Amino acid sequence: MATPDSLLTEALEAIQNSSDEKSLDSMRVHYIGKKGAVTAQLKALGQLPAEERPAAGERINVVKREIDAALTARKSILIEQSLNAQLAAETIDVSLPGRRQTQGGLHPITQTIERIAAIFAGSGYEVAEGPEIEDDYHNFEALNIPAHHPARAMHDTFYIDPATVLRTHTSPVQVRVMEGGAPPFKMICPGRVYRCDSDLTHTPMFHQVEGLLIDREVSFADLKGTVIEFLQAYFEADLPVRFRPSYFPFTEPSAEVDMGCVSCAGKGCRICGNTGWLEVMGCGMVHPRVLEMSNIDPETHNGFAFGMGVERLAMLRYGVGDLRTYFENDLRFLQQFN
Amino acid sequence: MIFSESWLREFVDPGMSTAELVETLTMAGLEVDSVTSAASQFSGVVVGQVVSVEQHPDADKLSVCRVTDGGDDYQVVCGAPNVRAGLLVPFAKVGAVLEGGDKPFKIKAAKLRGVESNGMLCSAEELGLAETSDGLLELPQTLTIGDDIRVALALDDQLIELDLTPNRGDCLGMIGLAREVGVLARAPVYGLEFPTVEITSQRSIAVATAAPDACPTYLGRVIENINIKAPSPFWLKERLRRSGLRSIDPVVDVTNLMLLELGHPMHAFDADKLQGTVTARFAGEGEKLTLLDDREVVLNSETLLIADEAQALAMAGIMGGLSSSVTANTTSIFLECAFFSPLAIAGKARSYGMHTDASHRYERGVDYALQARALERATALLLEIVGGSAGPVSTATGNLPASRQVRLTFSNVKRLLGVEIPEAECLDILSSLGFVKAASDPEGCEFTVPSFRFDVSIEADLIEEIARVFGYNKLPETLGIGAQRLPRLAERVRPVSALKRCLVAEGYQEAINYSFIDPDLAKIVCPESQVVSLQNPLSAEMSVMRPSILPGLLSTLGYNLNRQRERVRLFEEGLVFERRDGAITQTRKIAGLVYGSQNPVAWNQPKQAVDFYDIKGSVESLLNLGLGAAAYEFVKGEHSALHPGQCAEVRFKGEPIGFVGALHPRLQRHFGFASTAYLFELETAALVEGRLPSASALSRYPEVSRDLAVVVSAETAAGDLASCIRVNAGGDLTGLTTFDVYEGPGVGEGRKSIAFGLTWQHPSRTLSDEEISAIIAKCIRALESEFNAELRV
Repeated sequence: MATPDSLLTEALEAIQNSSDEKSLDSMRVHYIGKKGAVTAQLKALGQLPAEERPAAGERINVVKREIDAALTARKSILIEQSLNAQLAAETIDVSLPGRRQTQGGLHPITQTIERIAAIFAGSGYEVAEGPEIEDDYHNFEALNIPAHHPARAMHDTFYIDPATVLRTHTSPVQVRVMEGGAPPFKMICPGRVYRCDSDLTHTPMFHQVEGLLIDREVSFADLKGTVIEFLQAYFEADLPVRFRPSYFPFTEPSAEVDMGCVSCAGKGCRICGNTGWLEVMGCGMVHPRVLEMSNIDPETHNGFAFGMGVERLAMLRYGVGDLRTYFENDLRFLQQFN
Repeated sequence: MIFSESWLREFVDPGMSTAELVETLTMAGLEVDSVTSAASQFSGVVVGQVVSVEQHPDADKLSVCRVTDGGDDYQVVCGAPNVRAGLLVPFAKVGAVLEGGDKPFKIKAAKLRGVESNGMLCSAEELGLAETSDGLLELPQTLTIGDDIRVALALDDQLIELDLTPNRGDCLGMIGLAREVGVLARAPVYGLEFPTVEITSQRSIAVATAAPDACPTYLGRVIENINIKAPSPFWLKERLRRSGLRSIDPVVDVTNLMLLELGHPMHAFDADKLQGTVTARFAGEGEKLTLLDDREVVLNSETLLIADEAQALAMAGIMGGLSSSVTANTTSIFLECAFFSPLAIAGKARSYGMHTDASHRYERGVDYALQARALERATALLLEIVGGSAGPVSTATGNLPASRQVRLTFSNVKRLLGVEIPEAECLDILSSLGFVKAASDPEGCEFTVPSFRFDVSIEADLIEEIARVFGYNKLPETLGIGAQRLPRLAERVRPVSALKRCLVAEGYQEAINYSFIDPDLAKIVCPESQVVSLQNPLSAEMSVMRPSILPGLLSTLGYNLNRQRERVRLFEEGLVFERRDGAITQTRKIAGLVYGSQNPVAWNQPKQAVDFYDIKGSVESLLNLGLGAAAYEFVKGEHSALHPGQCAEVRFKGEPIGFVGALHPRLQRHFGFASTAYLFELETAALVEGRLPSASALSRYPEVSRDLAVVVSAETAAGDLASCIRVNAGGDLTGLTTFDVYEGPGVGEGRKSIAFGLTWQHPSRTLSDEEISAIIAKCIRALESEFNAELRV
């Protein structure tokens, strides 16, 4: 019959040679299980003389613990080995591109309008929209541009019929908002506008953002502050801004706004025509007659309006060289803004 | 308008350099567009006199001249036809530098056909004074021989082009511009003289106005026995040239000078071609008139005319007629100087496709107090140039504009501008602009608006004048107007930007196409639509308003396929336009297009072409932003641009809101696309409706799931089966998915198998097997009876 020590030697050798967890499990049964070889020796202790039993028993228990420890140790080695093998087998080339749907993108004009709207939203301006086929009243009359007014020549108007036009500016939205509510008003109206003019610097369709603020005791100084604040926010720069007297039938006083050239910082370059200034918007105090026509009492309320070309702002901001590329929708152009 | 700086400086010395003047004008609202030199940059050219002219011995067309510069004589060979002894001409001496084509060239002593030539006699063109010339520039005899020509002709002058806004008609003449510069520079302005001409002829033509509002003042006089062939003096031609006008004949040149100097258009008729009284009246409908430019126009009854007793003579304030025009044979003229009201002229020239210097001024308003003086000034000048004798002035008067009074309340200056401007400064600015104080009280003043300002009628106009002269950039800047209000954000409404971002996440690129398209394209893609056409399109290809966004997207697809893009996903959002029952509808839509492979080319994704379900998936993503796809119905639809077998109509609340489908193969061929494009177009308004999230307690009881596969005829719509199941599966159904569709061996010809996964959960108890089996059985019975479905086992 085997001795505990010979069992130990045999078991340790077998454990050491085992290469899988399953054989370890069967070795555990074989040696130290309920019917295992070491267990059997414990059971056979009764056959020994009483005085030898403690020592023999002690020895068997040591053997059992050593086998158990060897099994556990071997098992964790094997687990580690198999994990390492798995990891090695599962190693991939992480430099290969991932699996995905590519993202599209918003048109630069949309991005510009959203940026303008977000800036004004910060000061409580809401967004209003209106029809693009507009009646003569809202596009002209209600803005103090009666029929045959020379200012109509400033708008190369597309006509649907003599009383219906493609809106030449987003200002009619102001009128619709004022007609439909009561002051105060604080809003911007972005959208498509149309002029029948097409050359290097004009497309027959373009986008404007119009702003309107009607409240009590509004002054030209408030208008100046608002416009300067906006331009500096939009361009994220403390650009110089200047106001030049101008003429729009629907504002009085009226002004053109120039800002320091973003490209040359006022030194003069191709973009600003060597003037150091860029004309970026028109603005003014809403003409009392315009207020009256929209049922607002100019004695109690007044306000300002401003309008800017979205394409122009986007060109200056993003360095777009040719106006027409906006509407060609060449994916290679559009994707530059994604 | 273009004006000469030196001419302006004859009226007012602003004490500024050209650059400062330009800046001052621009910042006062008279925007300077450009500044150019009055002559090219030559040097070394003097006033020379031709002493003698002899034929060149070896060249027919050349002359050998002796020219003096007042000190020495020079031999100069000259090829000009008008060279003759006594003439004063520009003489470029040896060493002079002229501006050539690209670079300056120096005059050297040379031999021409063997004859020595020491210098060159110059034409206007060679000095940059004219585009073309056909001979030497003949200088006025009043010049001093030997003087530098730049000094003699004041050629160191700048031509300043102004882009005047339509309200400033008063600055369309030198006297108005000078007045403005005087105010801005706080400098005195030298006025013009208006001498009264001696009447030496009794010949007169009666005048009348039959349109007393449109023509409140009509003055005219005959000047007889004139010499129309007398040349306009050099200074007059030069003044016109520096203002961008050409010299025609002395009569036209003088009336044009008045236009430039006074801002007052005038017209001269050949007096011998007029019959009876000259009347300002409205045209008869259909009346005809042949204009100076030889064009015959058919007039309408809103057009103001000048007519005699026989015929229409001129379109008042716009252009004269041919039959009564001054010609080279004219000996007597009838000189007209009238005030036509802006309302009578505005838009009229444009309605005939015309625009003239006269209509430009009358539309904006000509000083209605100037006519008599202007007529005298023009007469005096004409008599000096063409001689003759002036007759008495005939006068017709109607209803002159009422003089306007506008009140300025001083406190309103601060209210509107946000800054206190001293009362004295306000008064000074207004009076220097010509506003006359009519009354005053401690709070404000009443001003009479001058007769040349048609743009001032309310207090805000006066305050703008004050602000303009005070300086916009000296006004303060403030922020923080009005009460603080926070936006009322409508949470049940999805912003359109969310729809756009959803499509962006699905790989779509936003396009912006013109709203006007080619009518042929509209017809091909939307043959049923009644399009809205433009009356005055830029071109035939852009002549109708788009009835759908799809034509634009299809064009954009073609554009990009032609540039080697193979996988294209596009969307656009905006208005589409149609006529319905006579009215124009404008509807916001959102449309998309996919083309090419499902996925971008990648090493680990199969290259598979997109199909209907790709684009439908995008549409479902959009719908899920709002009320969820389940709130919408997809039913088999019909759209002439889409494949009849692959087209779904999308419905919301029972109403169609758009389509999704494959481009019709016929259109695919038309556009020349290699493979199929898939499209959708939906009404934006039907997509933005959302709901307020409403939370409910989660069930603590287990879910129960069952699969149900049925075999039905191949045409049966899966959506109909799902609806039937939903109706019959009880209120505890929490999920229904379609997880398999199979056609082929095993299910029979013309049949297909569809498998659904159903999930139930009860909020307060565990559902029993018996309950679920009963529900399944109920579903099966319904499917059997409605769709002839067989349970697949």
